[in-house]
Amino acid sequence: MSGMFFHNLRLGATSLRRNPLLTALMIMSIGFGVAASMVTYAVFRAVSGDPIPQKSAQLFVPQIDNRGPQYNRHGEPPDALNYTDAMALMRAHKAPRQTLLFQVGLSVMPDDAQRMPFKAVGYATFSDFFNMFDVPFQYGQGWGPGQDESREPVVVISRALNQKLFGGANSVGREITMDDRHYRIVGVTENWDPKPRFFDMFSGNAYAMPAQVYIPFNYAVAQRFDTYGNNNCGSDGKRGDDWGSWLHGECVWVSAWVELDTAAQAEAYRQYLDGYAREQRAAGRFNWPPNNRLRDVAAWLDYEHAVPPESRISLSLALGFLVICLVNTIGLLLAKFMRRAPEIGVRRALGASRADIYRQFLAEAGMVGLAGGVLGLVLTGLGMFGIGLVFEPQIAQLARMDVSLVLLTLVVAIAATVLAAFYPTWRAAQVQPAWQLKSN
Amino acid sequence: MQIKPILSALRRHKAGTFLIAMQIALTLAIVCNALFIIQQRLAHLSEPTGVDEQNILVIQNEWVGSSTPAQADARIREDLRVLRELPGVADATASNSYPLRGSGWDDGVKLKADQLQDSSGATIYFGDERFLGTLGLKLAAGRNFRAEEITGMDVRDRLAPPVVMVTRALADKLFPGSDAVGQTIYLAGSPTTIVGVVDLLQAQSVDRWASAFAYRSVIVPRRLGISLGGFYIVRAMPGQLQDVMRAAPKALFANNPRRVINDEDGVLSFKEVRARAYERDRGMAILMGVICLVLLAITAAGIVGLTSFWVGQRRKQIGVRRALGATRQDILHYFMTENLLISVGGVLAGMLLAVAINLWLVTRFEMQRLSLLYLLGGVVILLLLGQGAVLAPAMRASRVPPVEAPRSV
Repeated sequence: MSGMFFHNLRLGATSLRRNPLLTALMIMSIGFGVAASMVTYAVFRAVSGDPIPQKSAQLFVPQIDNRGPQYNRHGEPPDALNYTDAMALMRAHKAPRQTLLFQVGLSVMPDDAQRMPFKAVGYATFSDFFNMFDVPFQYGQGWGPGQDESREPVVVISRALNQKLFGGANSVGREITMDDRHYRIVGVTENWDPKPRFFDMFSGNAYAMPAQVYIPFNYAVAQRFDTYGNNNCGSDGKRGDDWGSWLHGECVWVSAWVELDTAAQAEAYRQYLDGYAREQRAAGRFNWPPNNRLRDVAAWLDYEHAVPPESRISLSLALGFLVICLVNTIGLLLAKFMRRAPEIGVRRALGASRADIYRQFLAEAGMVGLAGGVLGLVLTGLGMFGIGLVFEPQIAQLARMDVSLVLLTLVVAIAATVLAAFYPTWRAAQVQPAWQLKSN
Repeated sequence: MQIKPILSALRRHKAGTFLIAMQIALTLAIVCNALFIIQQRLAHLSEPTGVDEQNILVIQNEWVGSSTPAQADARIREDLRVLRELPGVADATASNSYPLRGSGWDDGVKLKADQLQDSSGATIYFGDERFLGTLGLKLAAGRNFRAEEITGMDVRDRLAPPVVMVTRALADKLFPGSDAVGQTIYLAGSPTTIVGVVDLLQAQSVDRWASAFAYRSVIVPRRLGISLGGFYIVRAMPGQLQDVMRAAPKALFANNPRRVINDEDGVLSFKEVRARAYERDRGMAILMGVICLVLLAITAAGIVGLTSFWVGQRRKQIGVRRALGATRQDILHYFMTENLLISVGGVLAGMLLAVAINLWLVTRFEMQRLSLLYLLGGVVILLLLGQGAVLAPAMRASRVPPVEAPRSV
């Protein structure tokens, strides 16, 4: 069997050499088609993956409509919470784990006075953040609930910032100065940067540079740190006249997350949100029925359009491209196989069965596919350099040439070519032995 | 040229004919849409900002430490003095944003206090009396701000300036056919009077979500004393942009070192601002262009391949025809016409497919409808491509000698 297989491969190789132009055209066609699809697929895969697969079904974003039907967008509640509602959710503590967050930008002042201050961007959040999102730590750990309440200036820094400030040494317990305030380091995270950054879609940071610092939410608010991210006030004009009235007003700027382990818990949380909205209505704050949402990670990313439209358009185009290349290959294979009708007739007359013809020609197509795949790999590699042109660097960096992509390229190339070869092979197998012998 | 014999010959090559026609159809469909996307992106990225881009640079300044609004405002004014005194600087102003920045403060404008829905969205630019001059904006009606109208403001304070300037696009939207100067509008819930109309000033975002108010901007006579910092927009004297880009951050640090100006993107010429804003559009246009070229090449290669095969297969018939008196021209014409017939079939199907793909793009990605011009352009390209591709095999066919026929039959 395997002897026959190699015999077929040898036959194929001989035949491919006989028509170098047609063979080259087919290989190029497959190579370009596969490379175009693979490059765009690599980008698509990078932006459409699940950023936290182990927990994406347990993490939810609560949304509360504090605008009402006259001002909300197409009936949907805002994408974030105002401070009042966010803190109410935290106080009610109806979920096993819960956190709030907003983006902060702090100026790090190195101890060495010679070094210039620099900006570190990160999040003000609650202690559950680190457990909820499975943040890996290099040293130490997150702060505890006690420090949420005591508003202590503690900080978790990223591995990169730790490298920059302390040369990568264990800095837990040491102090850093940011905007003239001293913070005690309690933990150093590993390089951790889920893409897209599902927990901060509100500020448009899906593909931003990794966060470098995390500080307690209550401390940040007490120190009047303004959000470094988005602030959305809607058009009802209720936005306050100064910091205090803004903080307690209806502008939304806080992203909230809750972890709910079972469907029953999620349902109970929905009930709680509706109950909260009804309370607010009874208190006169909302004059509309509850209009809340509780989306899990997948639904949230979809709602926030995490996959850039460019990526979807290119993927569809690349698939169309692959189809054209396959149609082209079918045509070329047909030409190639039918040109050998006399040879097929002789083989058939000498006793080769249809199955033998099938095997021989599909093996030949497989070799074309393999060669096309190898060319496709080279072109995919080149294309990977080129994608920086189309997507912002943050997204382009995500698309990598890894083992799975290499294998996929080869498999797609061979499978597509063999598939394309079925019709030409079928036509070849239809060649009648007697007729061909007669005509020559 | 007789078409009937060609058709009957094609009937014997149904599969090959169908494959070429289908490939032409698919190529047409994709090339039309790709060209259309390219054109839209190119048109988008050549929209004007209204700013004198050649001589403008933008500095993002972030303060270290926290400060009161009054302190922040004093520091901004001090920085502006330093910048304006710098050699090579024509003028400088402070703002919260600038066109093409990507994000910033957008707000709603209403015509009445009790109105529910906004009359229009607008980009809010904070600017002093030198904002127009620094950016090179033209006043179309009314007057510029006066120095005494400019005050500092903290980011969370109520935005309630007594006077504003608006762009002509916004004025036309709010007061079509009448003079906007002197009119009262409600900005973020507070009444304000329009004192000036600016000819052209683009919004800070050119993304699709902001396209509804692309040129509708409001300039408020405020300095935003935000503790996180803001932007300085500097106009260099002609030819001195590079010098100012180097000197400006140094002068600012010399004046007050407690600040952060990012090495990478803290100081940007407007040319860089534009390149960043349209990175995706330009990239998309390049990608589409490459895809079009490769597709056309592959389709041409396919036509060459299949036609060569046909020529090879029909050498006998060609020889017979030549022996019976057909000229080389006749043979050449035969294959050219054959290709034209297949191509016409292909482009007809391709036009339908192109429209179908476009409709899908329209519903799925809110693209515009394909214009007929692109469809016709694509048709012409593919017909020419087909004729060009068939030329070499057809020439080879025409060189088949008549003597070959009797010998081989």
